[in-house]
Amino acid sequence: MAKVVVVTSGKGGVGKTTSTAALGAALAQLGQTVVVVDFDVGLRNLDLVMGAERRVVYDLINVIQGDAKLPQALIRDKRIETLSLLPASQTRDKDALTSEGVTRVIGDLREKFDWVICDSPAGIEKGATLAMHHADVAVVVTNPEISSVRDSDRIIGLLDSKTAKAEKGEKIEKHLLLTRFDADRAVRGEMLKTEDVLEILAIPLLGIIPESQEVLRASNLGMPVTLSDPASAPARAYMDAAKRLKGEVVAMIIPGQKRRFIAKLFGRRAA
Amino acid sequence: MNLLSFFNRRASAPVARERLQILLAHERALTGKSDLVAVLQQEILAVITKHIPVERDKIQVKLERGDAVSMLEIDIEMPIPAPAAAEKAAAPAAERPATEVPVAATAAEKATAEAPANAA
Repeated sequence: MAKVVVVTSGKGGVGKTTSTAALGAALAQLGQTVVVVDFDVGLRNLDLVMGAERRVVYDLINVIQGDAKLPQALIRDKRIETLSLLPASQTRDKDALTSEGVTRVIGDLREKFDWVICDSPAGIEKGATLAMHHADVAVVVTNPEISSVRDSDRIIGLLDSKTAKAEKGEKIEKHLLLTRFDADRAVRGEMLKTEDVLEILAIPLLGIIPESQEVLRASNLGMPVTLSDPASAPARAYMDAAKRLKGEVVAMIIPGQKRRFIAKLFGRRAA
Repeated sequence: MNLLSFFNRRASAPVARERLQILLAHERALTGKSDLVAVLQQEILAVITKHIPVERDKIQVKLERGDAVSMLEIDIEMPIPAPAAAEKAAAPAAERPATEVPVAATAAEKATAEAPANAA
């Protein structure tokens, strides 16, 4: 049974596209068949982060409008066989997305893949609501920063009211993915702690992705971070998050915890 | 002084946390994520009806949000049962001033604040 996941946040620039690519690649590396779908019509970037920007011929809008068949638009990843990308259109705007069209495409993708991961655009407009509408699971990407937490709270409200599951009276599964986390700064009281964000948003934690130079390096290279350097801290954190999505129980390792002891010592001395 | 400002500069996260908690309590009520007023009305009704038979529409809950002060006004109209005639007289009297104390207080404050001005 396929699972449709929406990666959403409300706020832009928190790491939705990076997380979609990394979680998609990680699930594919775990042997699942995965398609990552870019819903950011007019501002597509998932193709770039996945390193497939020069292979885009047809896109989601072409499939919705019947100009291309779904298999023509799907781009198979060259590194992982079981990973595919459905790019968004760069020349159209979000009005080209229709509710019926999205329903049909998601239905078709459900039959072909184990996981359909939708990369939501920022905001709470049509693109974002259509991206979340068919989701079984939502991954709410949040930075430990006030504006991101506020926007995530708003998105959680929409997930509970505007999705197909909510309209049927069912509960949509929601998970928090805390990105760009700096454990040392959190310990020093310079950054919201994981517990603070969890207490405020009150949804279960899927993973904590540490702030890392490796994330930018991976996007420079057009590779999901779990492929570019699987041993790096963010790659391991994404891999653990993907395992949790699959239902595995993986101990939550707070990134930077090793350095935390030293940081604590320094923190105490300074104070 | 320098050391103090250095220390204060660091612990900004608790401020962020508190600001968020206050803000989101307001926003959640506004966007209807949890309708605070409706929930309060239900729960107050449940408590009251445990002890006194009160009709649903006899409990009015109003929430006024202001910049400096927000006021929660709870208005409960008591029934007039035969044996509790004395209670009827006492209860609304006890109930209403309790909820409207903030109004009275501000009015009183204003009066005292104005008094010296007038005298001067």
